[in-house]
Amino acid sequence: MEYNDYREKIGLIKQGTLSLTSNVEGFLSRIEKEKHLNAFNFVFKDAVERASEIENKILEGKAGKAAGLVVAVKDNISIKNKPLSCSSKILENFQPVYTATAVQKLLDEDAIIIGKTNCDEFAMGSSNENSAFGPVLNPYDNSRVPGGSSGGSAVAVAANLCDVALGSDTGGSIRQPAAFCGVYGLKPTYGRVSRYGLTAFASSFDTIGPFAKNLNDLTLLLNIISGYDEKDSTSQKSGEINLTENVSKSTIKIGLPKEYFGEGLNPEIKTRIEEIINRLPSDNFEIIDISLPHTEYAIATYYILTTAEASSNLARYDGVRYGFRSKDSATLKDMYENTRTEGFGKEVKRRIMLGTYVLSSGYYDAYYRKAQKARRLFKEDFINAFKQADILLTPTTPTTAFKIGEKSTDPLEMYLSDIYTTSANLAGIPALNIPVGFDANGLPIGMQLMAPELKEPELLNAAYLINKFL
Amino acid sequence: MDSGYEAVIGLEVHAQLLTETKIFCGCSTRFGNPPNTNVCPVCLGHPGVLPVLNKKVVDFSIMMGLATNCTINRDSVFARKNYFYPDLPKGYQISQFEKPVCEHGFVEIETGNGSTKKVRIKRIHMEEDAGKSIHDLGETTLVDLNRTGVPLIEIVSEPDISSPGEAAAYLKKIYQLVTYLGICDGNMEEGSLRCDANISVRPKNQKEFGTRTEVKNMNSFRNVERAIAYEIERQIDILEDGGKVQQETLLWNADAGKAVSMRGKEEAHDYRYFPEPDLVPLNIDENWITGIKKSLPELPDKRKQRFMEQYGLPEYDAKVLTAERETADYFEQVIAETKHYKLASNWVMGDVAAYVNEKKINIAEFPVSPKNLGELINLIQDNVISGKIAKEIFPEMIETGKSPGEIVKEKNLVQITDTSELEGIVKTVLENNPAQVEQYKSGKEKVFGFFVGQVMRETKGKANPKLVNEILRKELSK
Ligand SMILES: [Zn+2]
Repeated sequence: MEYNDYREKIGLIKQGTLSLTSNVEGFLSRIEKEKHLNAFNFVFKDAVERASEIENKILEGKAGKAAGLVVAVKDNISIKNKPLSCSSKILENFQPVYTATAVQKLLDEDAIIIGKTNCDEFAMGSSNENSAFGPVLNPYDNSRVPGGSSGGSAVAVAANLCDVALGSDTGGSIRQPAAFCGVYGLKPTYGRVSRYGLTAFASSFDTIGPFAKNLNDLTLLLNIISGYDEKDSTSQKSGEINLTENVSKSTIKIGLPKEYFGEGLNPEIKTRIEEIINRLPSDNFEIIDISLPHTEYAIATYYILTTAEASSNLARYDGVRYGFRSKDSATLKDMYENTRTEGFGKEVKRRIMLGTYVLSSGYYDAYYRKAQKARRLFKEDFINAFKQADILLTPTTPTTAFKIGEKSTDPLEMYLSDIYTTSANLAGIPALNIPVGFDANGLPIGMQLMAPELKEPELLNAAYLINKFL
Repeated sequence: MDSGYEAVIGLEVHAQLLTETKIFCGCSTRFGNPPNTNVCPVCLGHPGVLPVLNKKVVDFSIMMGLATNCTINRDSVFARKNYFYPDLPKGYQISQFEKPVCEHGFVEIETGNGSTKKVRIKRIHMEEDAGKSIHDLGETTLVDLNRTGVPLIEIVSEPDISSPGEAAAYLKKIYQLVTYLGICDGNMEEGSLRCDANISVRPKNQKEFGTRTEVKNMNSFRNVERAIAYEIERQIDILEDGGKVQQETLLWNADAGKAVSMRGKEEAHDYRYFPEPDLVPLNIDENWITGIKKSLPELPDKRKQRFMEQYGLPEYDAKVLTAERETADYFEQVIAETKHYKLASNWVMGDVAAYVNEKKINIAEFPVSPKNLGELINLIQDNVISGKIAKEIFPEMIETGKSPGEIVKEKNLVQITDTSELEGIVKTVLENNPAQVEQYKSGKEKVFGFFVGQVMRETKGKANPKLVNEILRKELSK
């Protein structure tokens, strides 16, 4: 690679040492070469033409802030006149008529979209095995999963098939694959990035976020896609983030939630993270033990609420207006049933059933309402934790990348791979995966930092500083 | 007739709001555009779209809440009502469930014998309309999504209504309020005002409610009354025969004059309501409510009272004139021209109403301007023309839009109020009819009318009748 981050890249283009067109062509040929990874559902060959246009703009000094940044977009985010499949048969041949706000902001700043990445169907999964396009392979070990649901985006960045990527994170879908593939991945504060154009899985959890090879590019991407959007009533205003060498505060208080270091955590991951903690200098960092007492209920709460929302969000895929429609149904009811039976994969159907059940009359209070109350408790846990600590530090995943097929027969086992990531979605706070090394099999290890709502500047600057001691 | 039973009725009224755009997107709400043209990704339920609340819908809901004495909830929440239907693109309707925008109100209705009754309003909530399925095109069903996302309020009454007549009175009250507020056009045939009824009967003096049924598809005031009467009778018949009323939903068939079962209790939907995560809870602060209060037009009951006090009109007149906002507006525009309130009232309730009803037009479209009608009334009252002449030129005013003054001038219809001129005419009439004069003098006073008629004929109706009477009596007593 000719450059370490986007700042270097744009410098090289301006100098005339790097041609943006050949850069994009290079990515396209790498995508072709690494086709077996199955990272992309759709590749945009027209990216080359756009590259040449933008190259001219750069040379004329008229280009936007992300000019020539090559971005892969998870295939559950809308781009006008490009396919949108959510890796599901039910959206076969569907092309959106509008572009997601986050993507539009990138296009406005002259970024180049190189393709749509594979993912778990409707972002439901932790291994990228639930895809109508087949599983994505981990670039470090092709017999292993890349994590999910944004597995394609993580692999696209890890295997250098693009500069950066957009994913979506509902319960860990950015951070977990980032950890398994050894890249940076951020789940922003809920509402920091507009959801307009992100195919809904669980609306009160879903976030669009960046994948990158380094913190500079991650921050650039986040800055561009963030901000209040009048099309998304749940979006929030947010300020620009500047990464800085200087530590503004005397010390950063790092909280270690004890619940994240207990049983079930792979010893190699535990050892590696403890090693990092020990290396952090005490004049910059104060390490404190804290507790998030409701952590053990996170997975249950998460699955009740997200499946409830999903059961409603996915009702629109009925074969009436767009996407796949089962043929030869005698009645309307048959058409609905056949379309949804044939169009959805197993995991999606499982979650629709679960969600329908928890919202049903007679069960609502016992499940949905109780889970809503529990969600408030998680938020309080974090509010209390952040009274003591600025940043929370945890492993991102309990294990490194597991084998393809290893967990796909046991949904509960699979759900537990999100055990450290779902809490941030329940609380709506930002959380970042930092690649921090490898296990004995050469598989990446991820470390997670969490910060209070909208404290991405503090979160990323803490990460920036911690990076120096890895 | 006393059947020994009493009916317990609650109405759910849906009113389509007259906003320019839909409730959650910028699409037009215009009725009658070609199918599927008032649509966008949001109301079509495409993947990834999000609703954005149209604040005007909240304004209108608050207006209706205030007009029906409701509490306006400071915090209210949208909820999803989940069910599958081809004209419901998202597979759920965004509505309100646990926390509606307005609650605990009431309206007063008139019951038959001139007394009034309070009907409590349980709640008013905002929601989006579904599209329209068009089934009458042979084998296929077509869907028009223009109506999808048009804002509605649902006004739910408590079961305080106890007869078909009261139900109609309640519905008319709601109609009157929404049209006065200008938030709904009230057109039941086109479905901008829709009404469903929950009906049960119980033996008099029984406390518990009977099993209730829901009757839908009553698309006129008349049908609401008919359908409810039908259903009450049907339920009483079942109980009289020792049977049990089944909880079910019925569809009113106006042509057949009966309600047909649509679905039983077992097939009832489980709508799986839950809070809409794509919208933040709605906060309505005091300023918002105060602002709406200030912009509220005068409501019918108040206006009626004012018509009685300010214009000295009888209660009957005030009620008729204020029944519809446009009529009251028209009347007040007329009396901006003339101080003869009662005469103006007679004209508006009489000749104007007759024409408007016959032509089935809105009074706002009535061709005679309030100014011209006011002028006409002044001409009568100032003895420029007689009432008879006024009635004669009124059709011409309707046809040509000309002012009455103009017509009177053109046709030389000015009333003869010149006493000496009239005296001459009266004398001639009396001279030409000596036999009748004899009859009158011998006590046959009925002949007096004959003389009046003759004078009027001579003057082509232009004579001032009061003067004619006076002069005739004077001359005849000579
Ligand atoms: Zn629309």
